Amino acid sequence: MTSWLDIVMVLLFLTDLGLLGSSRLGVYVRLAAVQGVLVGVLPLLVQHTLALETVAVAAGTIAVKSVLFPWLMARIMRGFDDRRERQPYLGYTVSLVLGVLAVGAALWISRRLPESGAGGLAAHGFLMPAALFSIFTGLILLVTRRKAVTQVLGYLVMENGIYVAGMVLVPESTFLVELGVLLDLFVGVFLMGIMIFHIQREFDHIDTDQLAALKDWGGEP
Amino acid sequence: MSGLLVSLILLLTASALPLAAWRRPALASRLGSWGGAAACGVGLASSIAAFAGSVTASRAWPWVTPVGGAFSLALDPLSAFFLIPMFLVCGLGAVYGRAYLAGDEGRLALGPSWCFYNLLTASMIVVLTASNALLFLVSWEVMTLASFFLVTYDHDRAESRLAGRLYLIAAHIGTAFLVVFVLLGRRYTGTLDMSQWPAAFAGIPAARLGLLFVCLVIGFGTKAGFMPLHVWLPEAHPAAPSHVSAVMSGVMIKTGIYGLLRFGTMLGTPALWWGGLLVAVGLASCVFGILFALAQQDIKRQLAYSSVENMGIVALALGVALVARALQLPTVALLALAAALLHVLNHAVFKSLLFFGAGAIYRATHTRNLDALGGLLKRMPRLGLGLIVGAAAISALPPFNGFVGEFLLYRAAVLGLNSDADAGMILLAAIGGLALTGGLAAACFTRLVGVALLGEPRTPEAAAAVEPAGAFRWPVTILAALCLALGVLGPFLVVRLAPLLSLLSGDPLAKVSGLLAPETGPLTAVTLMALLVLALVVIVAWARHGLLRGRDVREAGTWDCGYARPTARMQYTATSFAQPLVGLFVRLLRSRRRYAIAPGLFPASASLNAETRDVVRERVFTPVFQFVDRWLSFLKWLQSGRVQLYILYIVITLLGLLFWTLRGGA
Amino acid sequence: MNGRGLIHYALALLLAPLLLGVINRVKAAFAGRRGQPVLQPYYDLVKLLQKGAVYSRTTTWVFRAGPVVTLAALLAALALVPFAGQAGPLSFQGDVIVCVYLLGLARFFTVLAALDTGSAFEGMGASREVQFSALAEPALLVGLVVLGRQTSTASLGPMFAAVGPALWMTAGTTLALLAVAFFIVLLSENSRVPFDDPNTHLELTMIHEVMVLDHGGPDFGLILYGSALKLWIFSAFVAGLVVPYRCGNGWVDTAAAVGALLLTALVVGTVESCMARLRLLRVPHLLISATVAAVLAFLLMTR
Repeated sequence: MTSWLDIVMVLLFLTDLGLLGSSRLGVYVRLAAVQGVLVGVLPLLVQHTLALETVAVAAGTIAVKSVLFPWLMARIMRGFDDRRERQPYLGYTVSLVLGVLAVGAALWISRRLPESGAGGLAAHGFLMPAALFSIFTGLILLVTRRKAVTQVLGYLVMENGIYVAGMVLVPESTFLVELGVLLDLFVGVFLMGIMIFHIQREFDHIDTDQLAALKDWGGEP
Repeated sequence: MSGLLVSLILLLTASALPLAAWRRPALASRLGSWGGAAACGVGLASSIAAFAGSVTASRAWPWVTPVGGAFSLALDPLSAFFLIPMFLVCGLGAVYGRAYLAGDEGRLALGPSWCFYNLLTASMIVVLTASNALLFLVSWEVMTLASFFLVTYDHDRAESRLAGRLYLIAAHIGTAFLVVFVLLGRRYTGTLDMSQWPAAFAGIPAARLGLLFVCLVIGFGTKAGFMPLHVWLPEAHPAAPSHVSAVMSGVMIKTGIYGLLRFGTMLGTPALWWGGLLVAVGLASCVFGILFALAQQDIKRQLAYSSVENMGIVALALGVALVARALQLPTVALLALAAALLHVLNHAVFKSLLFFGAGAIYRATHTRNLDALGGLLKRMPRLGLGLIVGAAAISALPPFNGFVGEFLLYRAAVLGLNSDADAGMILLAAIGGLALTGGLAAACFTRLVGVALLGEPRTPEAAAAVEPAGAFRWPVTILAALCLALGVLGPFLVVRLAPLLSLLSGDPLAKVSGLLAPETGPLTAVTLMALLVLALVVIVAWARHGLLRGRDVREAGTWDCGYARPTARMQYTATSFAQPLVGLFVRLLRSRRRYAIAPGLFPASASLNAETRDVVRERVFTPVFQFVDRWLSFLKWLQSGRVQLYILYIVITLLGLLFWTLRGGA
Repeated sequence: MNGRGLIHYALALLLAPLLLGVINRVKAAFAGRRGQPVLQPYYDLVKLLQKGAVYSRTTTWVFRAGPVVTLAALLAALALVPFAGQAGPLSFQGDVIVCVYLLGLARFFTVLAALDTGSAFEGMGASREVQFSALAEPALLVGLVVLGRQTSTASLGPMFAAVGPALWMTAGTTLALLAVAFFIVLLSENSRVPFDDPNTHLELTMIHEVMVLDHGGPDFGLILYGSALKLWIFSAFVAGLVVPYRCGNGWVDTAAAVGALLLTALVVGTVESCMARLRLLRVPHLLISATVAAVLAFLLMTR
């Protein structure tokens, strides 16, 4: 069981690094879908008994995160001419190096966190670092990328991290928290989808930095 | 000790005589050069003897100062170890300098230059042997001022004056931190006698020791050229005459390392963050230093940045040693310390070699711009061979000496990797950074050799170059031979370092030797590998020679992919060679490019100019100093330019101090 | 010094060009051609060694020393490389570092020899070579050091001897990440696709091949043989990590290891056939990814 958990968590690390190091939006969405599956099967690996509730939550998470969201995003992207994240504020290679530093930081922090009474889950080496690293990855994506789709993905990755962290820290009520967050995120993705659709129709591109031109006090022509 | 004193007296004499003979430059030059070389010879012999015999000796003379200074010198293995390369490089520099400066006879004053050169050497002797903190500071200041006058030797040129000013300011900011350190040290211990400090520091709280350590790193780091305090180096080294650059880069900046070792070991067991700090400083210096070196077109500026890199490697080694000390890993600490010491010695050898070589090239071609050179190996084969050896050595390639120090550092870091998760991250960063630095250094020095020495000459000046005179060549040859010798004698050297390591680590000699003993195996193997490579080179060369004997061996033009008339200007230049790497790191280097795009269908001319200025200087120091300048400009009225007013200031200050002192009396 | 290590060394000297032959054959098969004989590299070597030589008037002794020093350094490095779980004949503690730096020595002189011709093309190749190798060196060294930490040694022999099915069970993720890093470095250092295309006909897109344009005759033979040895060294790292087959009988192990090397050559050939060359600007990204994989392997180990 533990080794399966290890493999899942390592894959989570790798998908995060993949997100940091690639430039194609298609790759982003596919990696996010993979991450959805990884996070989705987590309850099955953590809960040693297969309760119906656990299976249901796992199935629900996978359905939303790795089928619904990617489908929605793929739909949004269908109209794009340019399916690459061009000229991010921070290059892919730099993001990748930053990612490794973030892995180091995540491990360093999680070694220093007090162990909560979560049935020894916090003591399990990879869960907490992977959670923290996903949060960091989400933040890096949010801060350094331009396209709105990537921004949504950043939120998604961050949420995955929070979900894993929740499982470590408060295993009893994880699912409640998860349901709430998931709902928020769903609304977020939905709204973003509509918004991106309209922005694109108006402006022919979806670079968020150009939204700055909409500020009403701007002095630029 | 008496040998050192003889050398000191000789140097002071050799410093005074050229000044007296300043009206006859040739005589002044001869006096300064011979006197300096003789003094260094005496000093070298006596310091090698002192180091080999682990001599400790001290002498003191009364010196009346208000705060407790004394003219006391002490010789121990640490001093002797730093004195050896110092005498070697200064001695060779004195011989080389006479030939080098001969080109300026009649244009510039040679007497003062020789005076300050020998004064610099003399002051370094005192810096390396002073056992009184005040004496240390005074000799440190003399060293700074003497080298300042040497940097501004060619004071008609604006770049020399700028370099001198920058050096003076940077050096004094560094010295200010040392003064703070000495004052705090005196306050905590009640004495300026450095021999009593280690015991007196024992009871001081960790936070204060940390403060002292930071003062040391800033103060000595400025002299050693650690990033981001290195800004004076890339200006001062190109501006100074080459033998002075060799001395400054080869040995003077090492006094910073000496200071760190001398005073740092007094502070007792280090905290983990001390080592982390030095590793971070070291990594920044290594990687940025070599990247900036790669982006320079001026040979001497490139070598100066490469000194930043090499001092970074030393800082890295010291950092690893401190981390290991904090985690109680004695073997790792010893190996890392040995690596730092060996690298100090090795860098003195190959960096002075390269500066001597660069100076000879400058004298032969009148340019330091790499892109104006080329094809020099055919024109100066013996000097070129020496330079190639130096380039391979500084790229840390076996079988030369640079590799031995780096090997020890890798050994230490790898051994320490298992210890502790946090320290493991620091050490892995050190390993990765060192590997990257190694690769970049190879790029940097294949560029130096490939563009300057190989290919076709790019300018008529380069084409007209001839083999320089013996005084230019012999120092290079001697140092190149040392590069190979030190590379092969690694294990022998490390065993000899045991007494010094015992002094630095505070462990008894028997324990140090015991810990080092298992490491002689790998080092011997490294030597054997070096010899094997040399043997294989001979065998393969012999086989190739045998194959080609009696066959048709012809000469033709270079195959330029079918192009019939290649010209020298079509060669890759230093700038284009470095472009991929500079482009990769352009966000850090902030290189600027200026184009003049060719107009029309058949353009007559186009140009591209790439330039990489020092980011730290441009983005950090310049704004800070401008800010300070703006806020303090209202004080300008103080400086009226009238002597009478200045005297008035002095009078007012003296009277003020008198009243201050007498206020409690009667 | 050990007997089997010496036999393996002799085997490497003998069989190294075969790897090149296998790769070419695989590529031919993918392209639907019959391709050159598997032994073609040997024929090439023999032919080259029998020829005379033409040297550029621009060149100096450095140009002639280039292939010699390169081959000498590779021959010395090969003596440290483990094979079939058996240490190389000269293995010692810390040989990891010496091995990597000997490869550096080989590169140093290849680059100098290229610059000695004064040709723009060879300068270009040299410039790219130093860039990519400066980035590949940390990946290789960090990877080997991390493997050393996993197996508690700093010597290549014991390091690879400790790799086996048992280690794959306990530290599979670490080993897999390292294998990825080593494979990327293999492709880069041996100038294979996607870093460099050894079959391209356009000098502008070459890296390694363009550096040796001016060498001919026995000199070029030395270079060709040296590159075969280099491929053998890196393949031995990858194969030793991924296919650590041991049955106890030394000769069977050796045969299996040779098989694993040929398999590596097969994979390299397949990668070459299925991938296009990367844009030069994207190459650093891939090499840094290799370092990232190695560092991640370390971080996951220290949790």
